[in-house]
Amino acid sequence: MFGKLTLESVPYHEPIVMGTLAGVVLGGILLLGAITYFGKWKYLWTEWLTSVDHKRIGVMYIIVAIVMLLRGFADAIMMRTQLAVASGGSPGFLPPHHYDQVFTAHGVIMIFFMAMPFMTGLLNVVVPLQIGARDVAFPFLNNFSFWMTTAGAVLVMMSLFLGEFSTSGWLALSNLGNQNPGVGLDYYIWALQLSGLGTTLSGINFIVTIFKMRTPGMKLMQMPVFTWTALVTNVLIVAAFPILTVTLALLTADRYLGTHFFTNDGGGNAMMYVNLIWIWGHPEVYILILPAFGAFSEIISTFSRKPLFGYKSMVYATACIGVMSFIVWLHHFFTMGSGADVNAFFGIATMIISIPTGVKIFNWLFTMYRGRIEMTVPVYWTIGFIVTFVIGGMTGVMLAIPAADFLLHNSLFLVAHFHNVIIGGVLFGYLAAMCFWFPKAFGFKLNERLGKASFWCWLIGFWMAFMPLYIVGMKGMTRRMNHYDNPEWHPYMLVALAGAFIVALGIAFLILQIVVSIKDRKKNLDLTGDPWGGRTLEWSIASPAPFYNFAQLPKVEHLDQFWEDKESGRAFKQPTHYEDIHMPRNTGAGVVIGGIFGTIMGFALVWHIWWLAIVGFLGMVIGFVVRSYDRDIDYYVPAKEVEAIENARYRQLQQVA
Amino acid sequence: MAIGFAWRYRASNTKATYAPRWSHSTAIEVVVWTIPVIIIAILATLTWTSSHELDPYKPIESSVKPINVDVVSMDWKWLFIYPDYNIATVNELAFPVDTPVNFRITSTTVMNSFFIPQLGSQIYSMSGMQTKLHLIARETGTFAGLSANYSGPGFSDMHFKAHATTQQGFEDWVAKVRASSNPLTTEGFAALNKPSERNPVTYFSDTPPSMFDFILHSQMDKIAGVDSSICTPTSKNLVAAAE
Amino acid sequence: MTQAVSTHLHDVAHHHEHHDDGSKTTLGFWIYLMSDCLIFSGLFATFAVLRHNTAGGPDGKELFDLSYVLVETMLLLVSSFTFGVGMLNLYAGNKGRLLGWLFVTFLFGAGFVGMEVYEFHHLISEGNGPGRSAFLSAFFTLIGTHGLHVTFGLIWILIMMHQVKRFGLDGVSTRRLACLSLFWHFLDIVWICVFTFVYLFGVL
Repeated sequence: MFGKLTLESVPYHEPIVMGTLAGVVLGGILLLGAITYFGKWKYLWTEWLTSVDHKRIGVMYIIVAIVMLLRGFADAIMMRTQLAVASGGSPGFLPPHHYDQVFTAHGVIMIFFMAMPFMTGLLNVVVPLQIGARDVAFPFLNNFSFWMTTAGAVLVMMSLFLGEFSTSGWLALSNLGNQNPGVGLDYYIWALQLSGLGTTLSGINFIVTIFKMRTPGMKLMQMPVFTWTALVTNVLIVAAFPILTVTLALLTADRYLGTHFFTNDGGGNAMMYVNLIWIWGHPEVYILILPAFGAFSEIISTFSRKPLFGYKSMVYATACIGVMSFIVWLHHFFTMGSGADVNAFFGIATMIISIPTGVKIFNWLFTMYRGRIEMTVPVYWTIGFIVTFVIGGMTGVMLAIPAADFLLHNSLFLVAHFHNVIIGGVLFGYLAAMCFWFPKAFGFKLNERLGKASFWCWLIGFWMAFMPLYIVGMKGMTRRMNHYDNPEWHPYMLVALAGAFIVALGIAFLILQIVVSIKDRKKNLDLTGDPWGGRTLEWSIASPAPFYNFAQLPKVEHLDQFWEDKESGRAFKQPTHYEDIHMPRNTGAGVVIGGIFGTIMGFALVWHIWWLAIVGFLGMVIGFVVRSYDRDIDYYVPAKEVEAIENARYRQLQQVA
Repeated sequence: MAIGFAWRYRASNTKATYAPRWSHSTAIEVVVWTIPVIIIAILATLTWTSSHELDPYKPIESSVKPINVDVVSMDWKWLFIYPDYNIATVNELAFPVDTPVNFRITSTTVMNSFFIPQLGSQIYSMSGMQTKLHLIARETGTFAGLSANYSGPGFSDMHFKAHATTQQGFEDWVAKVRASSNPLTTEGFAALNKPSERNPVTYFSDTPPSMFDFILHSQMDKIAGVDSSICTPTSKNLVAAAE
Repeated sequence: MTQAVSTHLHDVAHHHEHHDDGSKTTLGFWIYLMSDCLIFSGLFATFAVLRHNTAGGPDGKELFDLSYVLVETMLLLVSSFTFGVGMLNLYAGNKGRLLGWLFVTFLFGAGFVGMEVYEFHHLISEGNGPGRSAFLSAFFTLIGTHGLHVTFGLIWILIMMHQVKRFGLDGVSTRRLACLSLFWHFLDIVWICVFTFVYLFGVL
């Protein structure tokens, strides 16, 4: 009836987990209570959860990302603390079974449920506005994708309190399935399959949006760079995520149907898994970094008051990086013994990717050159990124030499390298982007001082936490060790722990920044829609953007059309005539199909509750069929209503002027 | 440049040139594409040559006769077999200094990575497959060895010591192992194959030389059902001999 | 100046309405099909790597009955043809004939799936199920995934038949049938690859 689920599945004897559960329950009650007390359930449902508005969906994605950042970072602090105490024979406070779940969850959450939703959220908020569109190509699908991602996140969170999580590492490379027939690896599989489907659909959505919904006159080579990086990123998503889907499906077949794809017996080939998963895994990290590059391009050109240097180069470099990301995957396992020719080919291919990346860095620097740089929080993040990421990239080129990798593979040097590029590149980029585009989404700016405090803590904390890992990795310390007996390594672990605490402070400042900014919002209102002196179309409309984005679709003839308009005095002119606007209706279908039935199906499959899994699956299918019968999925906003909203906007502009 | 440009061209520094329309320079483009290409070309040559010279499968050139060691990773310990001496150990290696050591490596479980950082490369150990490594110690001493690929809860304790000794020291060590009066039988091997953590160093005084092939094939049989090309040719006989 | 600008913008607004012509949906569906293609290519690659790992069990030569597979293939190919005829009727506005050809397509497709289920049942009952060896795991997964896709297609055909009956040949139904058509032919092409690389090459 309940499959493998029993009362014993709750980890009663683990104090850390039960304590967390108590906290979550308490926090949950407070949150739900607050919503009820303020009577906000209807508002939440109609304005946010069922919204097909890309701006709202984007914000929801980012909220999920920040919540998961906290969980993933808690895992990081636990790991650093364990390694700081478990030296020289001491077992520390986290036994291997628990520690192994912590490092697995840390990786899974940070990549799949922090970085990916953050990125998707940013793309959602910004891209349609940058291309002068009113929404994405498939608004309902957009909402559905969000709820699939959330379903995956819910499963991961549930695993903390019901059962256990995977102990196999973030890519399940260790093939521990047979050692560990428990539910952990199944939670992993279904969380990733659900959110992966959402991501793939998002990829299709954005490609069609960018190709088909640009405002009239905007040629591809006149799109903002962030939109270009979004395009390449989404092509990578559609090309790579199916491989992840297949690989996880084969792993699922091994676990549920007794097949022999990756088993040690029956003809299975574990090397096949390693290859397949990295064929996805390498493009994945480029999926994460390219939008960050795009954000930096927008930020640095805006705040240097100069066009981006070498726009064409940037576009070609981005495309090169995208294409080449598919031919380097073997550098993740030089040590599997493919032979010198194969290893050398992939090593050289990896190094070649650093060429367009380097070109981008130089282009950013030359954007700053002879500019008038305003040192705002996003610019701080950008400069921090350039310094940090370049070093991380160089260690990557080092690792790309197979002979060096033979010594450094799976060491803490490797761990330091990828955190260097992911934190220094991806995270710094997304936080900069959040600061930069926050006013457009919410109508007020974020607090500068707290933003700078957060930045410095992140920068200093990051280097303090990971410099020791580079050193100790070169001394021979391997990753994923739960304890170690070499006392030489201990001081480095202590410094790393201190660094982690400084990063924690950085996160605290980030949260504080958001809270204080909301409190002080009336003092930091963005009254013109263009708080930074922007160059691209999203800054030509009010902040927060009206739900239809553009009352009239802008006409574009140049790159940075809005900047051109401002220079020539054509900007901020109110049109004399408004039309009805065609908009999609909000719908609960995404919540029901993805959020509810998706989670039910995933949960039931994890626990082998077959009847419930069928219910979940049928719920999803029938939900889609029912939705397909709904012919009332859009409406027209009357021109009068648009006019009223626009009049208010232009009145405000005049008041400011 | 990042710090320099940011400082010099900050908004409050009105002395610096401001060129609001300058965003293209073919000269700079040529430079920023060409210099990285040159650097990478140099690194690529280095990569090609070093990958071949330091290929784990490449035997070390030496006039000294090599020692053969067969390595098997298990949950969660290392079994070392010396096929030319009929001995085996758990979690301890020894070999003479300035002597090439030819390793053949496999696993009875998931992938591990055989690694003695101070001596050279690591290489994965994989069930049903054989990898090779060639190392040589130029100084006597004791070197730490470990598994560099996470393989489960006992992974952190998969250490071993590799002793590089004098020639006499090595012969003494072999004698010590032989004196342990602890032959490696099939039951003993089956017991060893069960999951265990923090195994102490164990000596096996008498081990069939074909032990490695027997282990390799019992895994391989489960894959192809036929001898694959990386098996030693007389493996079926050796399997029988190990019984 | 303002007048000219706003009239120009007015024209632009009308221009945008043309975007609701279904071309977004078609492009989106093509891209989805490409992603589906990648899924199949992953399965083909896996099959290619594992096809000799028979773990002492039977290989393709011993298991595959080419004449049986030929009949299966013809059923699917004919169903593609009948779907095409259905689409011609759609564009000509013949609702009744469209429904008829869709139903015929459904029957052929169901026949294909039925034969495949029977083949699987036969293999499994002889102990040659997907758990027997990696070769069989790859075989069942590749063929089975294709079969699942065809099954979804069959359900989709039934739903479309009902929607056409209920809503007529409106823009929405036409768009969806165009997508279903692409889907159906795509599955046909995948089957050709399956037939060639799995069955034919397996036996030769």
